[in-house]
Amino acid sequence: MAVAAEERLHVERKKPRPLSTNSAIAHAVKDLDVDVVAAYPITPQTTVVEKIAEFIADGELEAEMVHVESEHSALSATVAAALTGARAFTATASQGLELMHEILHIASGLRTPIVMSVAMRALSAPISIWNDHSDVMNARDSGWIIFFVSSAQEAYDTVIQGYRIAEDSDVLLPVMVAYDGYVMSHTMEPVVTEDRDSVLAYAPKRPFPYKLDPEKPVTLGALADPDWYYEIKYQIVEAMRRALDKAREADEEFGKRFGRKYGLVECYMCEGAKSLIVAASSYAATLKAVLPRAWEEGLKVGLLRLRLYRPFPEDLIVDALSNVDSVLVIDRAISYGAPYQGPLANEFSGLILKHGLGVNLVSVVAGIGQRRMVDDDFLKLAKLAWEARTVRKPETIFYGVRK
Amino acid sequence: MAASLKPPARGERYKSLFQIPREEWFVSGHRLCAGCPVGTTMRMLTKVIGPNAIIVNATGCLEVASTPYPYTAWRHPWLHLAFENAGAAASGVEAALKVLKAKGRLDRDIKVVAIGGDGGTVDIGLQALSGMLERGHKVMYVLYDNEAYMNTGIQRSGATPWGAWTTTTPAGKKWRGEWRPKKDIDAIVAAHRVPYVATANPAYPVDMANKFKKAFELTDEGPTFVHVLIPCVPGWRIKDDMGITVARLAVETGVWILYEIDHGEFRVTFPVKRRKPVKEYLKLQGRFRHLTEEEIQKIQEMVDRQVEEVNKLVGKEVIGPVA
Repeated sequence: MAVAAEERLHVERKKPRPLSTNSAIAHAVKDLDVDVVAAYPITPQTTVVEKIAEFIADGELEAEMVHVESEHSALSATVAAALTGARAFTATASQGLELMHEILHIASGLRTPIVMSVAMRALSAPISIWNDHSDVMNARDSGWIIFFVSSAQEAYDTVIQGYRIAEDSDVLLPVMVAYDGYVMSHTMEPVVTEDRDSVLAYAPKRPFPYKLDPEKPVTLGALADPDWYYEIKYQIVEAMRRALDKAREADEEFGKRFGRKYGLVECYMCEGAKSLIVAASSYAATLKAVLPRAWEEGLKVGLLRLRLYRPFPEDLIVDALSNVDSVLVIDRAISYGAPYQGPLANEFSGLILKHGLGVNLVSVVAGIGQRRMVDDDFLKLAKLAWEARTVRKPETIFYGVRK
Repeated sequence: MAASLKPPARGERYKSLFQIPREEWFVSGHRLCAGCPVGTTMRMLTKVIGPNAIIVNATGCLEVASTPYPYTAWRHPWLHLAFENAGAAASGVEAALKVLKAKGRLDRDIKVVAIGGDGGTVDIGLQALSGMLERGHKVMYVLYDNEAYMNTGIQRSGATPWGAWTTTTPAGKKWRGEWRPKKDIDAIVAAHRVPYVATANPAYPVDMANKFKKAFELTDEGPTFVHVLIPCVPGWRIKDDMGITVARLAVETGVWILYEIDHGEFRVTFPVKRRKPVKEYLKLQGRFRHLTEEEIQKIQEMVDRQVEEVNKLVGKEVIGPVA
């Protein structure tokens, strides 16, 4: 096992350095030798692009930066560059993601292998630059693979995994790596970065197989009539199914090479738990700190951290739900007028019904527009989850709102 | 049939239609309307640019009519993303080609040509176009201007001329067709100080081919722009054998002036000694049928002013008076 020993040594040699999630993502872009970056500034995404610009300005990354005049153009140029055979990247947030919305569907419809980071932020109006998940939740049905990450390190690693998945010829779908604006985008954490050769050995460039090339001309973006459109869209359904295995493989292989892996979902303190809280991104990280306190108080509540959101890792989630009596789903977006007003809660509700799981569901909307949530609030949610084992709570709870 | 003559070298001009390559690159089987001059124009464009180019097309009638899946009329690599983003998509293609070449992953020079209609260029695509021009992407942009949203059923655009009937500017008791003048997109493009801007017309194929050629070659320096007037058979309410005739009358009446702005230097490429009255252009088109003599006179005066401005710009009378 000489190789394993060598790999371990390689892992041990690395020293973490302090990076914000935004900086970590820029480092991933550099280490992936991305060819084209097209982006438009929007708070709190801006420092991703600023850092990439520095890398290019200093000659650390050889790439074309397209200083586009809008996010709509940012994604358009990114998609076009990838379809021309380049490795392309963009980053956005909030209103920017909304402005891109039309092209989100075009990116997946044309099976474009790109990665985009999203520093999640609330949506206007009223204008808010602060964090929640409304932007990504509005993009969830656009045919993108969506990851929620919980740390700067995981953001770095997942952008790298993202290209390996997106460029796989069995997948060919765009990947979104989402994280909490400000709470993660602008806070420092220790991050280990890898050298470019190792990153490219893990995620070698596999250009779009039907790229625009005069020697082998293709027509991309044709008109599909009712005889064809449905099948072309159904191919995305199938690619999404395949993406689940590819995401699992990508994470396993990443673990072997770099010593870090995350799973598609993470179950924390689930052993012996009778109740689960579902959370994503920074709330999951906070809950990891709070749940030991809950257990001290006799609340056997675990955390189900959603990492891969699309495709939905259904089997893993059903497994986790099979051992508990209640599940509390935290939504950081509102689905106005829906049966549950939390979009994730509706998906869990469907899952519970589909698999005949006898689990009581609690839907909680929290942290809208970054309304403050501190440890004690999460402890209260743990109590709610615990109570729900025996008491049904059929209505969505808008935690922390002044009525 | 006469054999093809040798095409002109780089920097030189076509002198005869027979110099234009015989080989077709925009091929038959497309679903453009009978008599639509955009097919003719695309045949010319693709012949002039040759095989070593990638085409980016905005949503529009050309795009839908030429690529009904699983067929295509394009022998070039061709990309369509959306309506308003041809400028951005072409920027992305050009940036990719540039960096792939710099990094040694591409060993040829491939050029980029973007094509958009008037809606996709002067209205919804103006921002992306401006970005592309301002950033200096080496892209040739061809605007085929049929003066309304023809693909969706003849709704007015910023390029619709004064007085024209469209389905959203109908001629009724209160409205008399479009009441605002056509947007001067060429001046807007020229304001970006790009190397080359030209107007063209399929009734003048050698002039048009030369403009395509020059615009294509000058992309070595930066973005270039060719604005082609395309009469629309259903939208202009003309007979399907009248497209080229109407296009020619646009030039003969001074409605459409053939010019180029080459590195800032303005030149009329087809002087007109004696103009025909604008009425001759209008009377062939159902979209102007509702106009009164007074309204036609108003259009004549608008054209007279346009001619006067151009003559002033050139410093001599290149477009003459109405005969």
